[in-house]
Amino acid sequence: MHNQGRDMRVPLSTAAAAAAAVLLLASCGSGDGGDSGAAASGELSGEGSGDSCTIEAEVPIGAVLSLTGAAASYGESQQRGLDLAAAQLAEKGGVTYDLRIEDDQTDPRQGITLFDQFVSDGVSLIIGPTLSNAAVQADPIAQEAGVPVLGISNTAAGVTEIGDYVFRNSLTEQAVIPQTIATATEEYGLQDVVVMYSNDDAFTESGYEAFAAALEEQGVTVSETITFSKADTDFRALLTQAQQSDPDALVVSALIEAAIPLVTQARELGIDVPIIGGNGFNNPRLMADAGQAAEGVVVGAAWNSASDNPENAAFLADFAAEYDSQPDQFAAQAYAGLMLVDQAVRANCAADRESIKQALGELENVPTVLGEFSIDENRDAVHPAVVQIVQNGTFAVLE
Amino acid sequence: MQQLLNGIFIGSIYALFAIGFTLVFGILDRLNLAHPAVFAASAFVGIELVERGGLSLWAALPIVFVFGAVLGLVIERLAFRPLKGRADAHFAGLISSIALAGMLIALLQWRYGPDTRRFPAGSFPETRFEVVGAQVTLAQVVILAVSLTLMVGLTYMVTRTRLGRGMRAVAENPTAARVLGVNVDRITAVTFAISSALGAVAGVLFAINVNTAQLGMGAAIELKGLAVIIVGGMGSLPGALIGGLVLGLAEVFAVQYIGSSWRDVIAFGLLFLILLVRPQGLLGARRVREV
Repeated sequence: MHNQGRDMRVPLSTAAAAAAAVLLLASCGSGDGGDSGAAASGELSGEGSGDSCTIEAEVPIGAVLSLTGAAASYGESQQRGLDLAAAQLAEKGGVTYDLRIEDDQTDPRQGITLFDQFVSDGVSLIIGPTLSNAAVQADPIAQEAGVPVLGISNTAAGVTEIGDYVFRNSLTEQAVIPQTIATATEEYGLQDVVVMYSNDDAFTESGYEAFAAALEEQGVTVSETITFSKADTDFRALLTQAQQSDPDALVVSALIEAAIPLVTQARELGIDVPIIGGNGFNNPRLMADAGQAAEGVVVGAAWNSASDNPENAAFLADFAAEYDSQPDQFAAQAYAGLMLVDQAVRANCAADRESIKQALGELENVPTVLGEFSIDENRDAVHPAVVQIVQNGTFAVLE
Repeated sequence: MQQLLNGIFIGSIYALFAIGFTLVFGILDRLNLAHPAVFAASAFVGIELVERGGLSLWAALPIVFVFGAVLGLVIERLAFRPLKGRADAHFAGLISSIALAGMLIALLQWRYGPDTRRFPAGSFPETRFEVVGAQVTLAQVVILAVSLTLMVGLTYMVTRTRLGRGMRAVAENPTAARVLGVNVDRITAVTFAISSALGAVAGVLFAINVNTAQLGMGAAIELKGLAVIIVGGMGSLPGALIGGLVLGLAEVFAVQYIGSSWRDVIAFGLLFLILLVRPQGLLGARRVREV
């Protein structure tokens, strides 16, 4: 019948058109309609101060988390941490929070939409978004509208440089990674390593830069740098390439979705050297899903799960009681985040945007699950970090 | 050597996926864009069979094959048959299969949630071989064997059996085939069933290979599948096999010799180059469409 050469043109151009249609559909996905603006700022101040502060109206707080998509496992943890904190604050009384959690589907465009929505809904503060690359796109909206933002997991450089309304309680990679590399170098006598990172994500890219700087500082040679995409799942070709330079360790900046198959396949190929990961590795699912392969993975972390400070001990017990599982760092930072917001609100006993912004910037030596917590002049978090190693299926402190 | 094997393993999965794609295209002249959704769905179903049903990995494969076949029949019945009389049946089928793919993925998300899923720990055989200095797991060997068996079996069926003759007749000219007593509707349905069954097995094998099943895994391989069937020659089965292997090897050697950042540029650039030299694809014929 048809001549093939001519015939294939039709399906191809239609395929392109169809693909475009799919993209279009995806981009105008959901976005909850509006329960409209909450209390005007007048009702958002109250009597007393600190623990005795009482505010009549519920304080509206928006949270933009990635509950579906590639970062869903982080978002889910964060949601649990926030819910737990909100429940405990409601129990404590005085100031109550109307916490509205929305899903950005791990899509920065969706994050922008949600920020717009929260700004016009009149929330006092926005928590999130989960990923740094969403933060660099969405935070400017809040900055422009004068709504304070508290990042609870943004660790990429430059997020708080967006403006004076942008804060975070998550330690940057730049704060954690030098300590990780220094400890690992001392422990394993590293001389040359292979660095691998996904170069299509702001978070893993800035992690890579921090690793590169820290390695140089410690005088460790990088014999090869290998990049991949955050959506990749087959790393055998890359790992074989890495194996050929016979490194003392693999240094990897990747999200957990990539980290698990990467670690598994590395061990399958017979790579037995330590694997040093960035913040993305800092997730109990690494051990749950990679099993034996995860042994010997070294991760710097902002939260020491084994810390015995009273806030942390209580948090571990409450979390386990509520969800019947162990919290991870994302849950801890989310929990700490809402608690810090509460501190800031109580400091002036006012929950309008300006007072929260001003009080957040002045937080100093607040006891939290993360340890003694302060906000520095760049609106970044200051608190102790910890270097962990996977041993017998759990994170232990590497010393 | 290790890289060569890496390329062959991943390439054989690309090929198996692409063969399902190209089968429907070659015989029925339709592009079934629900194929990637079948790929993803079967990976999740395969994991559930192992996790809940307690089956071994290999016992799950035939069940997934049947699951894929049923899904293929559903796709044909819902997305293609109602539209077959239309003058723009190509285009309409394409769109309706995308819609169906979207629904399938949404169902998956409802059933399994958004998280990446993996086979339970310990469901993989620990056996490892060393082949000329390269590490190979038993799972990888089985993946390759299953892919090749299915591809050879399909080629045999199309060229040697009565059903295959019917398929080729339909590919040649549906109207003439009908006149000659071929049940075109049945052939169409069977073609979709086989195509989706192959896509389903490819999905599980992929999930076994990287121990990861994600909702987006179909979308990630879709473009590669399209590239493979175009390079292999639209509608050509051996072409899809070779195209898959070429793409797998191109990716691996791009990493090895040029740099990991250039992988997709090199791999797809190479495919582009092949098309410039042979616009009909490696094994695509300029004469009548083959199966």
